[in-house]
Amino acid sequence: MTSWAGAAAQLVLVGVLAPIVVGVTRAVRSRLEGRAGGRVLQPWRDLRKLLRKPPTSPPDAGIFFIAAPPVLMATSVIIAVTSPFITTVLPAGSADLIVVVGLLLLGTVALALAGLDTGTAFGGMGSSREMTIAALVEPTLLLSVFALSARVGSSNLGTIISAAASHPSTVFTPASVLAFAALAIATLAETARIPVDNPSTHLELTMVHEAMTLEYSGRDLALVEWASALRLTILLGLLANLFAPWGIAVSGSAAGLAIGAAAFAAKVLGLATVLAAGEVFAAKLRLFRVPELLAGSFALSLLAVLASYVLA
Amino acid sequence: MNPTGTALITALLLAATAALAALVFPAAWRARVVGTLVAGTGSSGVWAGAAALSGHGWDADLPRLLPLAGMRLAVDSLSGWFLLLIGAVAVAVGVYTIGYAGPGGRGAGSRPSLSLLPVFVGALLLVPAAGSVPTFLLGWELMAVTSLGLVATEHRHHAQVRSATVWYAAMTQAGFVTVLIGLTWLAAAAGTDFTAVRATAGVLSPAVKNAVFVLCLVGFAAKAGAVPLHPWLPRAHAEAPSHVSALMSAAMVKLGVYGLVRVGFDLLGGGPRWWWLTIAAIGALSALYGIMQAAVATDLKRLLAFSTSENIGLILLGVGFAGLYNVEGARGLAALAMAAALLHTLNHAGFKALLFLGAGSAVKATGTRDLDQLGGLSRRMPATTMLVAAGALGAAALPPGNGFVSEWLLLQSLLHQPGAGAVLAIAAPTAVAVIALTAGIGVATYVKAVGTGFLARPRRAAAAGATESPPSMIVAMIAVALACAVLAVLPTITLPAIGRIVASLHLVSPPLDGGLTAIQLSGYTTRFWPLWLAAAIVVVTGLVAVLARRFGRARRRAVAWDCGDGPLTSRMEYTATSFAEPLQRVFDDALAPERDVDVTHHEESAYHVQAIAYRQRIPDRIENRFYQPLLRAVERLGLAGRGLAPGVMHRYLAYMLTALIAVLLAGVIR
Repeated sequence: MTSWAGAAAQLVLVGVLAPIVVGVTRAVRSRLEGRAGGRVLQPWRDLRKLLRKPPTSPPDAGIFFIAAPPVLMATSVIIAVTSPFITTVLPAGSADLIVVVGLLLLGTVALALAGLDTGTAFGGMGSSREMTIAALVEPTLLLSVFALSARVGSSNLGTIISAAASHPSTVFTPASVLAFAALAIATLAETARIPVDNPSTHLELTMVHEAMTLEYSGRDLALVEWASALRLTILLGLLANLFAPWGIAVSGSAAGLAIGAAAFAAKVLGLATVLAAGEVFAAKLRLFRVPELLAGSFALSLLAVLASYVLA
Repeated sequence: MNPTGTALITALLLAATAALAALVFPAAWRARVVGTLVAGTGSSGVWAGAAALSGHGWDADLPRLLPLAGMRLAVDSLSGWFLLLIGAVAVAVGVYTIGYAGPGGRGAGSRPSLSLLPVFVGALLLVPAAGSVPTFLLGWELMAVTSLGLVATEHRHHAQVRSATVWYAAMTQAGFVTVLIGLTWLAAAAGTDFTAVRATAGVLSPAVKNAVFVLCLVGFAAKAGAVPLHPWLPRAHAEAPSHVSALMSAAMVKLGVYGLVRVGFDLLGGGPRWWWLTIAAIGALSALYGIMQAAVATDLKRLLAFSTSENIGLILLGVGFAGLYNVEGARGLAALAMAAALLHTLNHAGFKALLFLGAGSAVKATGTRDLDQLGGLSRRMPATTMLVAAGALGAAALPPGNGFVSEWLLLQSLLHQPGAGAVLAIAAPTAVAVIALTAGIGVATYVKAVGTGFLARPRRAAAAGATESPPSMIVAMIAVALACAVLAVLPTITLPAIGRIVASLHLVSPPLDGGLTAIQLSGYTTRFWPLWLAAAIVVVTGLVAVLARRFGRARRRAVAWDCGDGPLTSRMEYTATSFAEPLQRVFDDALAPERDVDVTHHEESAYHVQAIAYRQRIPDRIENRFYQPLLRAVERLGLAGRGLAPGVMHRYLAYMLTALIAVLLAGVIR
């Protein structure tokens, strides 16, 4: 029963926190660029506004367009419930890392098919670019999984994070550092951040994620935006917990959950601040330079795996 | 006679009846009767397979059926697995044929085509049931010849069909010759019966074993469509009628895997490390090369065919690592890798049969396989679109599809390896990298196939006039989709059977447990709940959709954003080619596309462009670099050979004399 309480707490926390994480990145960015910018809670206000509006479908779109936002949301929710963010005591013994990668990809695919289903040039363009990037990020993700799993002999997220929490010294190995670097780049690509994609652009030639979601409006758009924010939070949370699992609750007690929640919020918001600050000093790469970046992260993750064998 | 034998004999008799019925019945009834009988053959095959897998092995000696060699059937659990797979595919194909061939009596419904189909299915069932070398070779060749005839079904209409048939004939026969030499060599050294071979394999000299293995590997890899022996596959699968493509891709190529496992693990009882490294390397190459070619293919069936090469590659990776772990002494992991390979064999048969049948439905309705011309089918053919999407979910190895389960198992077998051995320390991460890259590109490939082929607006008139296929085709596809769904959510029901097979291959039982709804690696915390994952995805998605609808306002149609510049036309849509362009650019060096750009200038001024013509072709590089020179060399050799027969009688007499002396000398020296 405690495991379900932990899962519910995680769902609520991640759901509430996700728009705030986006708000923080925007606020930090605008401050550093010398603009006033919106409030931290602005994404929540946007969501409330959008949820009240009716959704629209393009004339040629079918079921794939309508189904994509709920599927995207569902994948994010399932990951939020089953992966250890504030506690490692979860129903079903917490998720498998490969399954998490698969679920993320399922969400990406749902949105890419929706982009194609609109029948517009923008939708197709966004889908094509997104799938190219996803195809190249997937190997990095899985190889990093491999490097992290080799450490504990399991691809179960709970086991990996518990091991890191109880033996912090095992985290700081060359393999882990390399895997962290690779995962960080993969996270940037998966969440459509600079330098892979610019979340605040609607310029035809450069947008990737926004091009796919261009036809969404009203509550569909709200779901897509919320789910994207959830994905950002989830990936930042995983990155934080895989390499710095401090504060995560290893039992189901209420106090432990509270500490875990506070630690998780602090870690994710900290990472979001770093991410936004980094974005100020970076420019978006040309689309056809992105594969070079991703190839770099792939090489890092391969080195991480080899290091985990050679130096084990 | 035990149930396995009864079912198998019933299947073969039904196949023979169907072949005769095709010759007798008039065109209006032919497809219906043959289709039903083929489905019956298939269900008997499933029955035989299931009986064999539940422990009813069967042996039969029929010495009088064939002159000299006789026939010997021996069904064990490994045979049962493949009988089940072939039977299940045949059931779907049989039902599908009723609507696909139709009452017209032309093309796929013609007398020769419909009478060959059941013989092909019978031959497919005969191969895994064979218990001796001659019977195996007989089944193998029967399978090759009947499938060849079926590929050539539409040879009158398209020149490409003839070219595909020639390629397939040449490669399948070359493969047969190597298998023939290999197995005959083995039979000469160890006896013709499989039981005799097993008994004496231990004392065979390594040289003989190696030679037999290499010869069989070449033949079986060619049949499986593994790179670099694949050029027949995209041609034959694309040009054959779709129900034949489904049988070939889902069932026939798997027999290449069966042959490898049977000869490598069972008959020869394992071998040195380099055998398995070779198999794994071929697998890795097939997986990567296959999926890259699939990603840039614009012909729907060619895309599916290259994806078959990819999946065969993944299966061979599993088989290779099973052997490798076995040599290294990690027997549990060997069993796990073999279980993953076997499960993927069945899963691939499921989703690829579904995809080929779906492709056939779309091609029949539109008359084109070109993804650049399709589109808009989700409105016109909703059932086909949803079924193809379901198949694509499995093929892209996304949760909750069935392909994900077996890829998960395969990855687990590579993740949990012991720290022993430098070879494994390099090979396992490389294999994971290959699988990961393959999975990534595979997802993009299937998004392209479904997204540009079926969604949005039709790109050409052919697709605009499409109507939904007849019910028998839809029913067949639904049956396959349901089978895939069962394999996706309850893969554990196959574990007892897989355990029995793996144990029969001199390996231990795979270290898996966790009951009906979970797969867990014994001794590890790694586990996976396919049923609950699928249920969670469906329930949460439904919940989100229902809640959003309940509390939100009604959806309305609105014009898509057209930049304020008039209505969007279908020419502005992304096509399959444009979708794959970024990926193609990323892998430019590996794919080496050929581009022609013709710029026509105005007559008055060289600075003004009148027209630009752009042509692009992505050739099969292996074909260009390896097969074309080989074909040219063969041709040159043939031409040079003419010089041997100048029509001079003296020369011929000299040849005969030389030959006679050579034979006599050989006899004396021996």
